[in-house]
Amino acid sequence: LTLLPAGAYAATVDELVNEFTGGADVADGGVNLDAPEIAENGNTVPISVSADGATAIMVLAAGNPTPPVATFNFGPLAGSSSASTRIRLAGTQDVIAVAKMADGSFARTSKEVKVTIGGCGG
Amino acid sequence: MAENVKARVRAPRSASAGEVATIKTLISHPMESGQRKDSQGNTIPRSIIHRFTCDFNGENVIDVKMEPAISTNPYFEFEAKIPEAGEFKFTWYDDDGSVYEESATVEVS
Repeated sequence: LTLLPAGAYAATVDELVNEFTGGADVADGGVNLDAPEIAENGNTVPISVSADGATAIMVLAAGNPTPPVATFNFGPLAGSSSASTRIRLAGTQDVIAVAKMADGSFARTSKEVKVTIGGCGG
Repeated sequence: MAENVKARVRAPRSASAGEVATIKTLISHPMESGQRKDSQGNTIPRSIIHRFTCDFNGENVIDVKMEPAISTNPYFEFEAKIPEAGEFKFTWYDDDGSVYEESATVEVS
């Protein structure tokens, strides 16, 4: 009964954050997440993340069938710890960004995005 | 299987040494999420680009782990330090094993 593949269970946001942080404390703030308050089309929602001194930023969408969205790892030639992309949101939900700082600490923020037309098939 | 995948990149042609430049990339790809169903109700299998990297003269700028929640035709914008003249190398890794590459040369004046 333990033979199901690990992927059969959608990991929860808390599990994903724990995996990213290794269980370390996560401070609120210190990471910026820009996303529209209202997205008409959930198929393509522009977001930007930034965190001064971050080596990596993970983005999660709490209300999607699978919450992971992307993890940005910044290399030695990154001009800043920031990035923008476009994501899919299945419906109105919280988007979460967790930043890993160079000193090993973690910071987190979230923002609610209202979605008029969901972006998951439909 | 993704067809007609075309990568587009916007990077400066010239810069001053040490400058921080904004880089924009777009690649045409359906990013099939594995959540959609066809008209018969069968799930359409996942087929996405799962990783994107940008390097300059062999040194890493950004390395992105991508999930099915990234939109069709993945777009990324980020900033890169340009310490000297050289070449940006952009690489996208597809689920089907394909690797798409693009490069951009930067002169330092």
